[in-house]
Amino acid sequence: MSILKNGMKLLMNRSAQNALGNKCLHTPSSLDAAKAVSIKSPIARAFASGEQNEDKFSNLPVERITCTLIPGDGVYPELMNSVQTVLKAIGAPIDFETILFSEVQHSSSAKVEDVIKSINRNRICLMGALMSPDVSYSGELQNLHMKLRKGLDLYSNVVHVVSWPGVASRHKNIDMVIIRELTEGEYSALEHESVDGVVECLKIVTASKSQRIAKFAFDYAIRNNRERVTCVHKANIMKLGDGLFLKSCSDIKRLYPGVNFEAMIVDNCTMQMVSNPQQFDILVMPNLYGNIIDNLAAGLVGGAGVVASSSFSPECAVFEPGARHVFQTAVGKNIANPTAMLMCASKMLRHVNLQHYSESIRNAIREVLAAGKVRTRDLGGSSSTHEFTDAVIKAIV
Amino acid sequence: MLGIFSKCTLPKKAGSHTIRQLSSLNFDIQHKHPQARRQVGLPRARYGGRNAVTMLPGGGIGPELMSYVKEVFLHGGVPVDFETIQIDPQSDNNDDLQYAIMSIRRNGVCIKGNIETRSLDTAIISRNVAIRNELDLFVNVINVQSYNNIPSRHKNVNCIVIRQNTEGEYAMLEHESVEGVVESMKVITKENSTRLARYAFELAKNNGRTKVTAVHKANIMKLSDGLFLETCKNMSLNYPDIKFEHMIIDNCCMQLVSNPHQFDVMVMPNLYGSIVSNVICGLVGGAGLISGRNYGDHYAVFEPGTRNTGSSIAGTNTANPVAMLSASADMLEHLGHKVHCDMIRTAISKTLNEDMVHTADLNGTAKSTDVVDNVIKHVKSIAGRI
Repeated sequence: MSILKNGMKLLMNRSAQNALGNKCLHTPSSLDAAKAVSIKSPIARAFASGEQNEDKFSNLPVERITCTLIPGDGVYPELMNSVQTVLKAIGAPIDFETILFSEVQHSSSAKVEDVIKSINRNRICLMGALMSPDVSYSGELQNLHMKLRKGLDLYSNVVHVVSWPGVASRHKNIDMVIIRELTEGEYSALEHESVDGVVECLKIVTASKSQRIAKFAFDYAIRNNRERVTCVHKANIMKLGDGLFLKSCSDIKRLYPGVNFEAMIVDNCTMQMVSNPQQFDILVMPNLYGNIIDNLAAGLVGGAGVVASSSFSPECAVFEPGARHVFQTAVGKNIANPTAMLMCASKMLRHVNLQHYSESIRNAIREVLAAGKVRTRDLGGSSSTHEFTDAVIKAIV
Repeated sequence: MLGIFSKCTLPKKAGSHTIRQLSSLNFDIQHKHPQARRQVGLPRARYGGRNAVTMLPGGGIGPELMSYVKEVFLHGGVPVDFETIQIDPQSDNNDDLQYAIMSIRRNGVCIKGNIETRSLDTAIISRNVAIRNELDLFVNVINVQSYNNIPSRHKNVNCIVIRQNTEGEYAMLEHESVEGVVESMKVITKENSTRLARYAFELAKNNGRTKVTAVHKANIMKLSDGLFLETCKNMSLNYPDIKFEHMIIDNCCMQLVSNPHQFDVMVMPNLYGSIVSNVICGLVGGAGLISGRNYGDHYAVFEPGTRNTGSSIAGTNTANPVAMLSASADMLEHLGHKVHCDMIRTAISKTLNEDMVHTADLNGTAKSTDVVDNVIKHVKSIAGRI
């Protein structure tokens, strides 16, 4: 009975928001109002069943879901604001638990343990890009972002690179998925100066983690009806390290007779990517190559402002931009492109079984970009972040 | 690390290569090589809290029951993606089957209906048995609990049947030694009996059960069933808090139909398990109610308890969907989705006990879809969807 009552309340709340239209959109989005009617229950975490039955989901609210939100550095707090505005406008039943987590503002940042605890509790997190300074404040080699990944065992990063209609780029019809190992490789933070002037940096490759990421890639192919997985490596030079990665991938391949598998050396891969990116389907690679290829691929379809990514551990999912640049020079200028962050939100909604909201955000972005009237500066327009956000909301409502 | 270095600096030895193969591919051969079996299998397909699960709808009523499961999961917002694989019952090769087994290896968990094997070719083994043997699913567990408002001969039956699942009479070793004489081998091994007995006592201990009954026919098959009984007896010495009894299979069947309340946890070899689980399901309301679970060291397969195909009622909208729905709830419990599991179990019990929506096999008049709709109604209200 109480569930019903609360549901009605939510319903009314939503229709009230719709009636207001986007008049109150740019008041600093206070989530407290939404929280007042929140129902805390473990069931709040309702995930998708993966079926293509979006039409079955009515746009009615379900129990509210809590999501950890890390605003990030640079322009990202502003972009998060635009995400919250959109979610509020469409009445998505999401509450945010905002945590300040930043390396450059290290004195006011939350502790890594607290952030990990929050994400483990909520299972989902929306995260802006973090600035990682060249010099460590704590004297440690590992930066905060890496600590977070290690702590959560966030081992796979998925960047879905697609061409948007209406975004000028060198190549059309790109549709590829870049899967990157996140916890080892060159990012193991094991560096030392063995003798004066000689620094050794250890790249760690283990069979179990390589198999795990390879299995993730092939499972992704199965779940999303994709046909081909390409392993990107440099096993001709690093015969043991990358050799193990390549071998792990081809070992796992034997369990997936329906999926094609090929290997490509990373230098060739970058060349192929700028000349003929349509050939790629799913790419799987170790940590550093992933970082480079992610950025390269983002550049092909419109830059850091339009590409979203998701990172997975067995238990939780973190949604962050695909090319993580904080865009420090644009802070406070209201010019950054919120597309990447909105797509993160859309992916997050899909992950928690709210396909309807997810689809409507994605379709609205597509519509706005295709129309080409409202464009931020990075896509050759002159509109502001707020104008773009408003246009997206208008396209939904 | 050392192994890798030695491999490249030293001249290749014949042995080192095999060892390396073994360590990286243990999931491939863990069944065939006892040494490798204990190693950790592949990581389960669980990403961001969502599981991929293999679904084998099988024949007869299987496909319709699976569509009900999908529907209930959709409305309950259950974090599971299904990889559906259809095995062609007519085919004379095992390609589909191999693919299905590989898929279970990848995902770790499977929900299945009963799979038909229509081919009469002796080279084509029963698909159900092949899945159990290939994945080394050595234990089958059926938790029989009567529902209050379902007409049945006995009320308040609550016992667990644990059945050896891979050997015994199902070893599939039969031959005609001379014309007119067929020998069928029943294989009992100490290793499999030991882990079965350990599983039974551990289950009893963890679920607060007080008694384990071993069912056998050691008075006739003194060596094979004798070994099974002996192993169970030895295992019981490790669990002094749990009472151990043994009973001969024919007596056991009689006791079951006259006084099923005396049983708590029952453990038995393969064929007796098949018989006893059917008897006991019949006592509480038939094949449509009870779900069964198959476990190995690495994999788990969930199915309706009595493994019937139900071809005669396929497509008539009269099959009881409860068994498959509770199998799906068992699966969610195994995957750690406790909340979703409870949600579906509560919905089922409300449907059967309070709303009294019963299909024809329970002397009701409801269609399968009526039951499913009623379950969905409860699932929705529990999950907070309006």
